[in-house]
Amino acid sequence: MKVFSFHGGIHPPENKKQSTRASVRQLPIPKTLVIPTQQHLGLAADPVVSVGDKVLKGQIIAEPVGRISASLHAPTSGTVTAIEEQPVPHASGLTAECIVIESDGLDQWIEHQAIDYKALERTALVNKIRQMGIAGMGGAGFPTDVKLNLGSDHIVTTLIINAAECEPYITADDMLMREHASEILEGIKIIQYLLEPTHTLIGIEDNKPNAIRALNEALADADIDLDLVVVPTKYPSGGERQLIQLLTGVEVPSGKIPADIGIVVQNVGTAQALHRAINHGEPLIQRIVTLTGEAVEHPGNFWTLIGTPFSDLLSAADLKPGALYRLVMGGPMMGVAAETDAVPVIKTTNCLIAATESEMPEAPAAQPCIRCGMCEQACPAQLLPQQLYWFAKGKEFEKAKNHNLFDCIECGACAYVCPSSIPLVQFYRFAKSEIRAEELEQRKADHARERFEARQARLEREAIEKAERRKARAAEAAKAQAERKKQAANEPIKDDSAALKTAAAVARTKLKKAEVALKNAQDKGLDGVDTLQTTVDKLKLAANEAEQALQKSSTTASSTSITPKGEATVAKPDLKALKQQVSIIRTKLKKAEAAEEIDDSAIEALKTRLEEASKAHTDADNALIEKAQGAGIDLKQLRIDVAMAKVAVTKIERAISKSDDETEQETLKTDLESAKSHYDQLESQLKPYE
Amino acid sequence: MSLIRMSSPHVTRSNTSSGVMQLVLLAMIPGILALTLFFGWGTLLQIAICLISGLVFEALALRLRGLPISRFLGDYSATVTALLLAVSIPPSAPVWIGIVGMFVAILFAKQVYGGIGNNPFNPAMVAYALLLVSFPVQMTSWNLPYVLSGSEGWSIPALSDSLSLIFAGSSQVMDAYTGATPLDILRNRDGFTTEEMWRSDQTLIEGAAAYHAVSAAWFMGGIYLIYKKVFTWHTPVSILVTLGLVSAIAYGVDPSNFVDPFNHLTLGATMLAAFFIATDPVSSATSNRGRIVFGIGIGLLIFIIRTWGNYPDAVAFSVLLMNLAAPMIDHYTQPRSYGHKRPRLGPKGE
Repeated sequence: MKVFSFHGGIHPPENKKQSTRASVRQLPIPKTLVIPTQQHLGLAADPVVSVGDKVLKGQIIAEPVGRISASLHAPTSGTVTAIEEQPVPHASGLTAECIVIESDGLDQWIEHQAIDYKALERTALVNKIRQMGIAGMGGAGFPTDVKLNLGSDHIVTTLIINAAECEPYITADDMLMREHASEILEGIKIIQYLLEPTHTLIGIEDNKPNAIRALNEALADADIDLDLVVVPTKYPSGGERQLIQLLTGVEVPSGKIPADIGIVVQNVGTAQALHRAINHGEPLIQRIVTLTGEAVEHPGNFWTLIGTPFSDLLSAADLKPGALYRLVMGGPMMGVAAETDAVPVIKTTNCLIAATESEMPEAPAAQPCIRCGMCEQACPAQLLPQQLYWFAKGKEFEKAKNHNLFDCIECGACAYVCPSSIPLVQFYRFAKSEIRAEELEQRKADHARERFEARQARLEREAIEKAERRKARAAEAAKAQAERKKQAANEPIKDDSAALKTAAAVARTKLKKAEVALKNAQDKGLDGVDTLQTTVDKLKLAANEAEQALQKSSTTASSTSITPKGEATVAKPDLKALKQQVSIIRTKLKKAEAAEEIDDSAIEALKTRLEEASKAHTDADNALIEKAQGAGIDLKQLRIDVAMAKVAVTKIERAISKSDDETEQETLKTDLESAKSHYDQLESQLKPYE
Repeated sequence: MSLIRMSSPHVTRSNTSSGVMQLVLLAMIPGILALTLFFGWGTLLQIAICLISGLVFEALALRLRGLPISRFLGDYSATVTALLLAVSIPPSAPVWIGIVGMFVAILFAKQVYGGIGNNPFNPAMVAYALLLVSFPVQMTSWNLPYVLSGSEGWSIPALSDSLSLIFAGSSQVMDAYTGATPLDILRNRDGFTTEEMWRSDQTLIEGAAAYHAVSAAWFMGGIYLIYKKVFTWHTPVSILVTLGLVSAIAYGVDPSNFVDPFNHLTLGATMLAAFFIATDPVSSATSNRGRIVFGIGIGLLIFIIRTWGNYPDAVAFSVLLMNLAAPMIDHYTQPRSYGHKRPRLGPKGE
């Protein structure tokens, strides 16, 4: 196989030998596992367990939200003790939602089984992969099912398995290939089955002779069509775009993804995880983590459960006391420094470097750029880093964009060679985030305008509907009056609720079918989403109408048959729970809207959920108000009265505590008594309607 | 537990700006030795003068700007500027020439623009051009190579003679040691052809070898710097190839009135300019393609000014003119980035 080359690149000290001396060890099950709900690109997963739940190993604990998202599973058996904000492995150093599991030490598997994937349809297999929570294990954590479900408009010619592992220190993939080469090949077969590429290449750097040997041996026994391509060791040959250039000589056009030119790249670790998931039914709950650095006595690789706190790993490799200065998650070139060792291992944690101060000292103070151009010679994206630096420093973002700032992959090669020790990558990140924020602001303004216009339209529509409803209600009331008269005349009531029920049920089924079709279409990005959407909207309206008709008939029925004070017969909706639900969904929606990569389908889904929830809430509230009306109580007024009575009570209480005069206190106390009794009275009146 | 939080990359190559400058200084040693060997102690004395005055001016400017003096003096950039000016001015120039030159180079050409990394023009060449225009007599009185000046044949001019030339300005000694440079002789031929000059002029016959040797020394230093990756080959190669090609064409057409390419490259300051002056990254074009354009411009200008201009050598003016053009060159020579069909060109990058 011909190996091409890419521009620039560097040769930092490899530091890989330290962690490859011993074979991969299994880390003991930690007492507590902290599983962030966001371990992948896209939206955070939605927890489906509650605090106190018992979970089994491999049980799903969070489900994906929107198209780009991944499921999460319990890494061992135990009890969910909290769902709360905890420090997560992210560059921001901030906390995020995590599911905390206290392990019971039994490590008891949930029932799971292998799947004969060749008997499955493509979509079914992709769904299975989605259920298994597989996300790219090389670095970015892109949900694998999305990458393997390209739709008919993408024809994959080349599948590239990334085994380059070009970052110094990291040996997780190296060790995985040495010890589980055949499993990787099985995983590749699954990918091949899904993508049907015309050829498959494994790209591996020539500094991993043992892994190359292991792969070759496995290849000799396996019935698989692929080429192993050894590339020269040079950072960043494992960068997706660089590896593509190395193996095919083709460049991925700026702003496009490899799939656009018929190439899909998957990491070796991901391939192995796929094999475990499909051929053994084991979801992604563990991975190999390289633990190295001069601050640990015994560096090496460990099979580690997702959610294992770094402190457990560090003690397993015998951390030298007092030696730890910098804790890097990932490699030294692109990794993120952790602030605390309470941060857990996630699906993308391939390496943990416990560095001493002499190993990774603080960078010297930056000196002025002398435009020596060494960065330019090192840049694998063939940019002009020195110019980008000047533009970022001078906040000339427009110019930076024109100098292809967004083609920067933040590999750090420029900062590595810079003789003036300028933290170049940080300047680029700053410029990128500023530009993104600006664009987001613009988009938000556009969204707000659209929303405003939609709201105006809705208000108008609602005003009309309201007027119509009022008319209908008046007619209804007149009819009811007539009915009552008829009842008085001992005539039987004609009950059409059965017919209405069927109509409502039919409408609901239709709606559900249409929604499923719409979701499918959205997921695959098919045409005709808009028409489907309008159909769904129409059906929703129809379903609502049918539902309303049914409700009305049942309320009129009950109002005629039940005495005004018979509250007990109506099921009490839990108003508080509904309110809480509404607020939870609203926060989620806000988060999703504020996310950098706006996933419109997810936002739409959340919006409909919010609408449904708030409708449920108002419906319940309206039902209560109506019921109260039946009993001759104005619920709204009553609520206000209760609140006011409560305020009066607190006011008097405060006055008492402030007052020094005894006689005044006495009078105040009598006031308080009467206020309290008034409040109690109102409160008891309100109680049945809460 | 609180750990240090820093952004990636977490490791860097242990190279520094001062290290780069030190390599440049190291690479200048052969050229300085050759100059001393063939033109006397003057070069070393000029280096001392420029170095001392240059560092004093730099420290003064840093103090006025409220910057840490030791840190910025330690970057060796003022040292490099001082050495470049010192080897450019005549070895016998009076002491104030070097001092005025460094005053201009450090204060006006460098610090006024914001110090290291911000100067649009090469400071040493700004100073040289200003001196040449203001003090043409002192600046054009070059030492004769020792093979011609020493009355006892093969001997280096005495240190005492150099000292009296520089510090006392003794015109008697001056006349004994200085004369027109070869390029000057070939330009002012008084109606003779270049062939006739090569046959008759003593400086050309016996002294050209000294100039060739100095050029060879600069060339060696330059190759070392390319080998050490201090700069890329683009600028020097494009200067030398352009000048060589253009002069070869002219010489081929009319050998009697044009200097041959070999002597264009080796009789003047071409090698010094190509490897040590035009490669100053701060004031040159920034991309590899840009540096080729930059070098072509310098090569062309050297030929034009030497042939039809009023000055014996043209390096300073050529470099300065191309410094002026560097931002524009940058606009039109952006490299094609990964994933792009064409490079973005022009001021708006379109």
